[in-house]
Amino acid sequence: MLDIKNLKASVEGKDILKGLDLQVKAGEVHAIMGPNGSGKSTLSQVLAGRDTFQVDGGSVTWDGQDLLAMPIEERARAGLFLAFQYPVEIPGVSNAYFLKAAVNAVRKHRGLPEFDAMDFLTRVKAEMKAVGMKEEFLYRAVNEGFSGGEKKRNEVLQMALLEPRLAILDETDSGLDIDALKVVADGVNRLRSPERALIVITHYQRLLDYIVPDHVHVLSQGRIVRSGGRELALELEEKGYGWIGDAGEIHAAPPAAGGA
Amino acid sequence: MKTATPARKIDSFLDQEYSAGFETLLEADTLPKGLSEDVIRVISAKKGEPEFLLEWRLEAYRRWLTMTAPKWAAVDFPDIDFQDIVYYSAPKKKDGPKSLDEVDPELLKTFEKLGVPLHERARLAGVAVDAVFDSVSVATTFQKELGEHGIIFCSFSEAVKTHPELIRQYLGTVVPPSDNFYAALNSAVFSDGSFVFIPKGVKCPMELSTYFRINARDTGQFERTLIIAEEGASVSYLEGCTAPMRDENQLHAAVVELIALDDAKIKYSTVQNWYPGDKDGIGGIYNFVTKRGDCRGARSHISWTQVETGSAITWKYPSVILRGDDSVGDFHSVALSNHRQQADTGTKMIHMGRNTKSTILSKGISAGRGSNTFRGLVRIAPKAEGARNYTQCDSLLIGDQCAAHTFPTIEARNPTAHVEHEATTSRIGEDQLFYAMQRGLTAEDAVSMIVNGFCREVFKELPMEFAVEAQKLLGVSLEGSIG
Ligand SMILES: Nc1ncnc2c1ncn2[C@@H]1O[C@H](COP(=O)(O)OP(=O)(O)O)[C@@H](O)[C@H]1O
Ligand SMILES: [Mg+2]
Repeated sequence: MLDIKNLKASVEGKDILKGLDLQVKAGEVHAIMGPNGSGKSTLSQVLAGRDTFQVDGGSVTWDGQDLLAMPIEERARAGLFLAFQYPVEIPGVSNAYFLKAAVNAVRKHRGLPEFDAMDFLTRVKAEMKAVGMKEEFLYRAVNEGFSGGEKKRNEVLQMALLEPRLAILDETDSGLDIDALKVVADGVNRLRSPERALIVITHYQRLLDYIVPDHVHVLSQGRIVRSGGRELALELEEKGYGWIGDAGEIHAAPPAAGGA
Repeated sequence: MKTATPARKIDSFLDQEYSAGFETLLEADTLPKGLSEDVIRVISAKKGEPEFLLEWRLEAYRRWLTMTAPKWAAVDFPDIDFQDIVYYSAPKKKDGPKSLDEVDPELLKTFEKLGVPLHERARLAGVAVDAVFDSVSVATTFQKELGEHGIIFCSFSEAVKTHPELIRQYLGTVVPPSDNFYAALNSAVFSDGSFVFIPKGVKCPMELSTYFRINARDTGQFERTLIIAEEGASVSYLEGCTAPMRDENQLHAAVVELIALDDAKIKYSTVQNWYPGDKDGIGGIYNFVTKRGDCRGARSHISWTQVETGSAITWKYPSVILRGDDSVGDFHSVALSNHRQQADTGTKMIHMGRNTKSTILSKGISAGRGSNTFRGLVRIAPKAEGARNYTQCDSLLIGDQCAAHTFPTIEARNPTAHVEHEATTSRIGEDQLFYAMQRGLTAEDAVSMIVNGFCREVFKELPMEFAVEAQKLLGVSLEGSIG
C-alpha cells in the first residue's frame, strides 16, 4: 500500500533523508529503529506533509496515489495518521472540541454521517477508558499542561478515534512507564487489521515485546541500512546501534525496563 | 490642499462662497458637501428640533472649529477634508440597489457565510426592501409591549419630539461636545441614532437591538445614542454594525452615552463589521467613536462588550466613569485587524467613588499586515478609597507581518487602590497548524478554532445569537490570512 522509493529530504539546506526505500503492505506492522538524529522523525513528518522539510527527490506512492502531491489535511482525511513524538499544545481549544472537529472532518471525507455531540461523547468516553484517560481531559485545552505520558495517551486516543489506514507512531513509547507503554501497545494492537498498515518508530526494542512487528528496519544517516524480522530488534538491543557500522552515534540499549 | 488645523479650517470656511442660502438648502433632499452654521440650521429645521437643541448643535460646531483632529493614535491615514463630506441626506427609499441581483456578489457571499437570513441580507446590502427592517421599526415592533413597562425605545429624532425634557436633561452630560474633536463634530451634525429610557425599578424584559448600516449617501454616519437606566433598572442593548463595500473611505463618528443611576445596570454589546477595505487597504470605514458610560449612582454597573472585526481604521475607547460608590465597570473586547486594517482601541476606567471596581479584558488579534493597539487608562481619583481594577490584555498574532501594541496607563492617586495588570502575546505557530491539519482540519478551520478559543472569555459575555454571529464573523474576517 505504501511504496517509498529513493526518498531524499532536507531541512535548511541540510540533507537528512538520503535515498530511503521502504515498502509497507496492508495488514503489516513495520518497526523502524535507529539512533537519535538518524532521520526517523523527518521521515514521519515528510510522509505527513510538513513543508518545513523539503523533498529533494524520490517518490512516495500510497494506494496508487502520489502521496507527496496531496495536501496535509487530504492525507489525514484519506487515513494517514501521525502520532507525534512531541505532541503540540493548543491553548484555548478544548480537547473535546478539537477531537470532534477532527473526527467529523475525517468522517465527512469518508462519506460517513458526522457525529453529533451526544454520539461523539459516547464514543470518545469509551475510547478514553481504554487508554486510561480521565474524562476531565476532554475539557482541558489540547495537550496544554499534559505530562509526557498524558500527551502520548492523547495521541493514542486520537488514533483510535480517527481509525487510520496508515498509522505512523513516532517514538510514542519514549519516556513512558510500563503501564503507559502497554496502553500504547494495546492501542496499536486493537488497530491491527488486514486493511491497515502501521509504522512504529521506536528507539528501544522494549515496545516490540508488546507490538510484535512483521518487519524491523534500521535507519541510519537517512537510509534504511538493515531490514529483518523480529530478531533484528533483539540483536539491536543486545549490541546497541554501534555495530551497524556507519551509524552516526553509538547508543547503548537502555536497561531492560520494568519486567519486559 | 486642506488640512484639519484650526487656522486652515477657519480660512477655508471664510473662503467658501455660500452660494446656497438657508432657504434653498431647506428645499434640497441632499445638502451639498461642506459644513457651516447654515447647514446645521437646516439639519435641525428638517428634523423639527426645538430651539435648545439647535443652540446646542451650534455651540458644539463653534467649539469644533477651534479644535484639531487628534494625531496621537497609532493609526495612519490621510487628513480628512471635512468640507468634502455631505452632512445631510434625506433617506431615500429607492436609493441604492433595487434587488439582490444588483448587489455586489462579494458582499452577498459574506452575508451568506455569516448565515444572515435573506431578507436581512437584502436589508444589510442596502436594497430598498420596504424599510420594514429599519433600525427604527425594530423598535416599533415591540414599542407597545415595552411601553407597558414604561420603557422608551425609539430613534433619537423621535425622542427629541416626544421626550424633549429627557433629551435636554441628559444629552451631552456624559460626553460633552467639548470632549474631543469627533464628539464635537458629532454633536453639531448628528443625524439620528437610538434612545432608550428604562424607568425606575424596571428590568427590560427583552434584549434591545439596533442594526446600523452605512450607505454612501445615507445619513448614518454620525449617530447619537443615549441610554438611561433609572434607579434599580436594567437593560441589555445590542448594536450590530455593517456596511457595504465602497472604494472611498467613509467617516463614521458616533457618540454613545450611557447613564446608570443607583443600582441600575446597563450592558452594551457591539458586533462591529463595517467594511474594512480590501487587501490593499482601498476603501473602508474610518470609525472614530466616543462611547462612554457614567455609573452615576451607587452600586450601578456598566458593562461594555465589543467584537470589532471591521473598519479600515478603528479609533474607539468605550469607557466608564465610576462615580457612584460601589459601582462596577467592565470592558470585554475582541478586536481583529487583518490585511491593512488598523485598530487603536481600548478603554478608560475612571474611579471616582469609593470601593469601585473595574475589569478590563482585551483580546487583540492581528493577521496579515494588520496592526492592533490597545490603550488602557485606569485612573483612581484621590477620593476613590478601596478602588480595584484588574486588567488583562492578550494579543494573538497570525503570521509575521502583523503587529500588536499595548499601552496600559495607571494613574493611582489613592494609596488604598489595588490595580493588577497582566499581558500576554502569542503567535499561532506553524507547529499548531500542522498538528491540526494532520488531524484532517483545514488551515482555516485550525486558525478559527484557535482564535475562537482565544476569544472565548469575551464571547461568553455576549448574548447567545450574537456570540454565534461573532464567531462566524471572525472566521470570515480571517479568510485569506494564512497560506
Ligand atoms: N527543523 C529542523 N531544523 C534543522 N535541523 C533539523 C530540523 N529537524 C530535524 N533536524 C535535524 O535533522 C536530523 C534528523 O532529525 P530527526 O529526523 O528528528 O531524527 P530522529 O527522529 O531520528 O531523532 C537531526 O540532525 C536534526 O538535528
Ligand atoms: Mg525523532
